Amino acid sequence: MEWVITFGKAFLVGGLLCAIGQIFIDKTKLTPARILVGYVVMGVLLSALGVYGPLVSFAGAGATVPLTGFGHLLATGVQKAVAERGLLGALTGGLTAAAAGITAAMIFGLLTALLFTPGDKS
Amino acid sequence: MSPTPREYNKMSEKAAPNSKLWKNVGMAFLVGGLICTIGQGILSWTQWLGLSQEEGGAVTSIALIFLSALLTGLNRYDDLAKHAGAGTLVPITGFANSMVSPALEFKREGLILGVGAKMFSIAGPVILYGISASVLYGLIIALFH
Repeated sequence: MEWVITFGKAFLVGGLLCAIGQIFIDKTKLTPARILVGYVVMGVLLSALGVYGPLVSFAGAGATVPLTGFGHLLATGVQKAVAERGLLGALTGGLTAAAAGITAAMIFGLLTALLFTPGDKS
Repeated sequence: MSPTPREYNKMSEKAAPNSKLWKNVGMAFLVGGLICTIGQGILSWTQWLGLSQEEGGAVTSIALIFLSALLTGLNRYDDLAKHAGAGTLVPITGFANSMVSPALEFKREGLILGVGAKMFSIAGPVILYGISASVLYGLIIALFH
């Protein structure tokens, strides 16, 4: 039964974070690019304030999969790097933590562009 | 006088702006929640395999990004996005789609300025401001702790 709760929490929190984004899109006409930038920066901020960590413990992928989770990953990466290497860590922590995701998106993006043909946009 | 389609759209928007908003928000909630649930499935599986929290998180992101790239290549992700709005935008799959979709679409403009440059038209700002915020946070903790 425990897995039902785990998955339920991921669904609920992840869904809510997306629903908030939809309200922003419909009410403010923010472009997708601005929404994504806002979510990442908000994730860094909430993580720095110590709010996002507990949400991740509660909701798992429901908090890490939305782009605020990407911001949280950057913030925890920088935290760890500064603890290990001091000031230099402020410059290396973010990209180091995000390396897998960003690189995967670049490589799969390149492969998709090479292997597939653009679809009909109509 | 019967209204033209455009007038009719305006009238119906005025009459029911909230029902449209709630339909959009409901779809975003449902699809976004489902994508996160799939992510939780992968994350739970990596933990069952004995991976650390950090490794499991990375594997989950990579798997979701792969699925998003594949569905984008098959032209399915953008179809879903038309109905799901923020439900397909806000998860990491939406970030991946924002890179893969223009890379594929602008393929005809060449590998450098088409695929290479357009891939970052949305991801570029996201990475720039995300990293900048993290550097600022890093400076604050390095200097004040």
